[in-house]
Amino acid sequence: MATVSLTVNGKAVTANVDPRTLLVQLLRENLRLTGTHVGCDTSQCGACVVHLDGKAVKSCTTLALSVDGATVTTIEGLAVNGVLHPMQEAFREHHGLQCGYCTPGMIMAAVDMVSRRGHSLDEATIRDDLDGNICRCTGYHNIVKAIAAGAEAMGKAATPTRKAAE
Amino acid sequence: MYAFTYHRPATARQAAGLLAKKEDAKLLAGGHTLLPTMKQRLASPTHLVDLGGCADLRGIERKGRNVVIGAMTTHAEVADSAVVREAIPSLAYLASHIGDPHVRHRGTIGGSVANNDPAADYPAALMALGATIVTNKRKLTAEEFFTGLYETALEEGEIVVRISFPLVSKAGYAKFRNPASRYALVGVFVAKRGSEVSVAVTGAGEGGVFRWPEAEAALKARFAAKSLDGIKHTAKGINADMHADAEYRAHLIGVMAREAVARATGK
Ligand SMILES: Cc1cc2nc3c(=O)[nH]c(=O)nc-3n(C[C@H](O)[C@H](O)[C@H](O)COP(=O)(O)OP(=O)(O)OC[C@H]3O[C@@H](n4cnc5c(N)ncnc54)[C@H](O)[C@@H]3O)c2cc1C
Ligand code: FES
Ligand code: FES
Repeated sequence: MATVSLTVNGKAVTANVDPRTLLVQLLRENLRLTGTHVGCDTSQCGACVVHLDGKAVKSCTTLALSVDGATVTTIEGLAVNGVLHPMQEAFREHHGLQCGYCTPGMIMAAVDMVSRRGHSLDEATIRDDLDGNICRCTGYHNIVKAIAAGAEAMGKAATPTRKAAE
Repeated sequence: MYAFTYHRPATARQAAGLLAKKEDAKLLAGGHTLLPTMKQRLASPTHLVDLGGCADLRGIERKGRNVVIGAMTTHAEVADSAVVREAIPSLAYLASHIGDPHVRHRGTIGGSVANNDPAADYPAALMALGATIVTNKRKLTAEEFFTGLYETALEEGEIVVRISFPLVSKAGYAKFRNPASRYALVGVFVAKRGSEVSVAVTGAGEGGVFRWPEAEAALKARFAAKSLDGIKHTAKGINADMHADAEYRAHLIGVMAREAVARATGK
């Protein structure tokens, strides 16, 4: 066993883990943050995407011990005082989901996309940048619409993008 | 995954010390090849030496007529680097087309070249640009470094420290992506330095990345996509799998080479 300390959704946490523990296991099993999903466990689907020091990563392909000292944001960390993050709100509004399994990863990828590419995202950019996120239900159409709208809404929201993402 | 002991050295020198001392130790970089392999139990190191804490292995620098990239620099950092975009834009382009955004945030140039996947992008760039691989022990040319399928000249305990890319006058990369994995079904990197031209092909060779002398000769006469008209790569020695047979891949080599030259010449 080894100790890992990090900041998750603004809170300092410390856990004692087997070195084999993946970041997604630390989040789900130790911290009970089950919003982050495991779809494939083979690095393909993006259901497990979280932000590591502000950047989207696949938490099924990251060791918990590797992120010692880092800052992690999960889907649970986006809403503020019960008010949905503009990107979450856009997914609700535009019905960017069906079963919802891919949704946490989609939304974390979408917020990362906005911090890399800004608030005005065209369809081609969004589809290209969703390379690492697979959805078995929607056919992507409403996800793309939701991301475009969410990106714009994030621009209008008072909080700067990075701040909201972290 | 089988159990291992985890180490997180702060410098490349400490990492080398651990590799030398510990039986059956393996380096961990971005983990985007190694961790999936360990999950499948195809790799089972006793000690894992994480290079993530080695600040001396990170960073991008322009040094005279070279761009020097630390082994732990991520694909996203190379893609977004103002230095790389200005000096070797084709290399930034290549990095920006590896996998997906999340993979690019973790995967590293050192891990990619050390792994030498026959469908990986970077080996083509290193080969065509005439890069030098600097390890903790020596310097190797790309030609010396990439020795075969998933094989490199790296010896036990040897660490890729940085990669040095000399500037070229023109360069371009084109890849036909496997639509599922985003790896190269075929990728071709062309580079022109003075009167020298090199054409390196990834994704296609049974033995990994290779150069294409016929195309180099034709482009040396005149550096234009048209020079490659009528030049075909043989299907002999070319990979065949469920994604594409050898004939199709051989055909794609020509198509990607012409596209890479068109990009290099801005046409
Ligand atoms: C979904 C997905 C899509 C991908 N698509 C592409 C693609 O389109 N094109 C592409 O080229 N790649 C692709 N990759 C691979 C990706 O680029 C990997 O990041 C890369 O191949 C390995 O780099 P890493 O830093 O993750 O290394 P790791 O997985 O940590 O290590 C790989 C190997 O290299 C060794 N190693 C690592 N660093 C060093 C060093 N400094 N010195 C010596 N040995 C070292 C390790 O011991 C290990 O054996 C993809 C990966 C995934 C998961
Ligand atoms: S669960 Fe991590 S990519 Fe699918
Ligand atoms: S909504 Fe079901 S997988 Fe995307």
